[in-house]
Amino acid sequence: MNRNPSRPLSPHLSIWRWGPHMLVSILHRVTGVGLATLGAVALIWWLMAAASGPDSYATFLHWATGWFGILVGIGLSWAFFQHMLSGLRHFVMDIGAGYELSRNKFWANMTLVGSVLLTALLWAWILWGMRG
Amino acid sequence: METMETMETMETPLAQVRGLGSAREGAHHWWTERLTSVSTLLLFIWFAVSLLRLPGLDYRTVNEWLQGPLAAVPMLLLIVSTFWHLKLGMQVVIEDYVHEEGSKFLSILLLNFATVAGAAFALFAVLKIALGGGPHA
Ligand code: HEM
Repeated sequence: MNRNPSRPLSPHLSIWRWGPHMLVSILHRVTGVGLATLGAVALIWWLMAAASGPDSYATFLHWATGWFGILVGIGLSWAFFQHMLSGLRHFVMDIGAGYELSRNKFWANMTLVGSVLLTALLWAWILWGMRG
Repeated sequence: METMETMETMETPLAQVRGLGSAREGAHHWWTERLTSVSTLLLFIWFAVSLLRLPGLDYRTVNEWLQGPLAAVPMLLLIVSTFWHLKLGMQVVIEDYVHEEGSKFLSILLLNFATVAGAAFALFAVLKIALGGGPHA
C-alpha cells in the first residue's frame, strides 16, 4: 500500500463505546465463517452419505444424533439464525434506513434475542420428536 | 477555477490511485453478495419447511424425497446459491486480514478451489440420488 503516513486519519477512530450493534456486526462475520466451513462440511457429508448407501448414512446418523453432533447442530442452527437475522438487518441498512441510534440498537438486540429464541424452538421441536 | 490544485502534485494519475482498490469489481461483488443472500434465504426457508414436513430423516425417506424434481431442483439451486454466497463472503474476510500480496493470492486461490470442489460434491450427491433410480437395499 502506498498510503502517505503524513496525511491525517479519520479523526473519530478512537471515540466509540461498546454496544450491541458492534457485537452483532462481529457475530455476523463469525457466524458467516462458521457456516461457510463447518456448516458446508456438514451439508456435504449429509448429502454424500445419503447418496452413498444405507451404511454411510447410518454412520452419518450415528454421529449426528450423538451428543457431539447435537452440540454442533445446535451451534450451527444458532449461527444460521443469527447470521440470517443480522443479514436481514443489513438489507434494511443498505437501503439507508435504521441508523437512528435507539432504533439501531433495538434491532441489533432483536437479532440476538431472535436467534436464541428460534434455536430454542427448533431444538425443542427436534428433541421432542427424537424422544418418541 | 480550482483546477490548479490538481496540478500541484508531482504524482502521475496512476500513482495517485494505486492502493485504493479496483474501480470495476467492487460494486459487482457487493451486488452479487446481496443477490445470493436473498436467494440463499429463500431457498433455506424452502429447505427448512420441507425437512420439517418429512416424516423423518432416515435413509429411505431422504432418498425418496430427493428423487422428486420438486425437491432435487431447489436443492441443486440451494447448493449453487449458498456456495456462491459463502465464496464471496469468505473472499471479503480474507481481503480484510491477509494483506501480503502473495499469501492473499494463494488464500483466494485455495478458497476458489475449495468452494468449487465442495459444491461439486454436494451437486453430485443430489444428482446421483435424483437420477440413480431409487434407494439401495
Ligand atoms: C439465510 C440467509 C442469509 C442471509 C440473509 C445472508 C446475508 C449476508 C449478507 C448481507 C452479507 C454481507 C455482509 C457485509 O457486507 O458485511 C453476508 C456475508 C457473509 N455470509 Fe451470509 N447470509 C445468509 C446465509 C449464509 C450462509 C448459509 C452462509 C454460509 C454457508 C453464509 C456465509 C457468509 C459469509 C462467510 C459472509 C462474509 C462475512 C463477512 O464479510 O463478515 N451466509 N451474508
